Amino acid sequence: MDSKLKKILLEPIFNNNPVVIQVLGICSALAVTTRLQTAVTMCLAVTFVTALSNVGVSLVRKIIPGSIRMIVEMTIIAALVIMVDQFIKAFSYNLSKELSVFVGLIITNCIVMGRTEAFAIKNNVVESAIDGLGNGLGYSVLLLVVAFVRELFGFGTLFGYTVLSTVNQGGWYVPNGLLVLSPGAFFLIGFFIWGLKTWKSNLITDE
Amino acid sequence: MEKDSIFKTFAVALGVCVVCAIIVSVAATVLKPLQEKNKLLDKQTNVLRAAGLVDMKASVSAAEVAELFKKISPVVVDLATGDIVKDAKPAQIEADESNTVAIPANDDVAGIKSRPKQVVVYVVKDASGKPETIVLPVYGRGLWSTMKGFFGIKGDLQTVKNLTFYDHGETPGLGGEISNPVWVHHWNDKKALDERGNPVITIIKGNVDPTSPQADSQVDGISGATLTCRGVNHTMQYWLGDSGFGKYIKNLKEGK
Repeated sequence: MDSKLKKILLEPIFNNNPVVIQVLGICSALAVTTRLQTAVTMCLAVTFVTALSNVGVSLVRKIIPGSIRMIVEMTIIAALVIMVDQFIKAFSYNLSKELSVFVGLIITNCIVMGRTEAFAIKNNVVESAIDGLGNGLGYSVLLLVVAFVRELFGFGTLFGYTVLSTVNQGGWYVPNGLLVLSPGAFFLIGFFIWGLKTWKSNLITDE
Repeated sequence: MEKDSIFKTFAVALGVCVVCAIIVSVAATVLKPLQEKNKLLDKQTNVLRAAGLVDMKASVSAAEVAELFKKISPVVVDLATGDIVKDAKPAQIEADESNTVAIPANDDVAGIKSRPKQVVVYVVKDASGKPETIVLPVYGRGLWSTMKGFFGIKGDLQTVKNLTFYDHGETPGLGGEISNPVWVHHWNDKKALDERGNPVITIIKGNVDPTSPQADSQVDGISGATLTCRGVNHTMQYWLGDSGFGKYIKNLKEGK
């Protein structure tokens, strides 16, 4: 892979993470990160949609009239999201019940729309695909880290398997109720932003 | 031709819509049978859960569900009389669209406007052939959605075996907690009906005071879900009352 594509892929994972740096897609990052299993499904779904919607928009970028640009992007995104939703319903019914509205809400995830509008509309298909993939992965990294912490300390489990046996199952661990609730995710994302900005100090914007 | 001309704009919009529509409809049509199968399996699993044959949290395979479902005999009940309809086929009853009757507004506590005339009830019998658990399908209006569930009642026709909601659109984390096993656990072994067969079970605000004389028939409320809980209360009132399964339950009591 040449260095430009590599940069497009890796940039959004740390240096320009869509959630941490651009603070996009926070809503679903709070909602689906109580358990790893739902988070993984959500990551796959969002990565799939960002990559393919970028491809779709990039394919038609030269013929889209400026006046209906965003509507066309939205239509492509919506079609992809419906497909993902149908697939999850067909192959993993329980997960689809748990994720409920959040799969449908990928349509309004700012990362997807943001990438088609900021990147795919003016770049070629391969680069757009890689950019979508990178941003999906950047979102995934954060989601998985948050879900890992929330499930481990909020429920004492990982992927549903008991790691810390909780008090109400006769163990010793008192689960942290805050992490199960949405504010828990806010704190974690805050710490994550702090950590990343300390590590890469060039990201700090002027006060 | 110019990129931004009116003709071009319409052509692109039309083209994109047609392509997207084809993709979406192909996906929906191809996957439909699988989704229907999943739905049926989920429904059966929830009947088994309401009957206490499957743990609330356990996930079971299709084969296990089919095996356990053999213990259950579906029975068709005519709600108006409470009699069992002997020659009716359960699978057909649910698909039959003429099988509905409007509910008069003053009787419609559950907010559902119409109900089936004949309903499929799932009975688990013990070794001597007596009903051990009866699973009643219930549904009612919550805050946002119609909540569909199964209510398992024990052979004494008073005590709750279990309650599961398998289809609802209540707020996840608040009203959506009605399908959380941790909350549903509060229902187990509560008295749903008094000796005369009147529905008495209610969800109250806050926690149940164990010293209260009604503690037996009260369930802890879900905080942040007052309206959903009210919906569940109304659903129970309706379906356990005379317009719902009341007559069927009375018939069973009299040993018919």
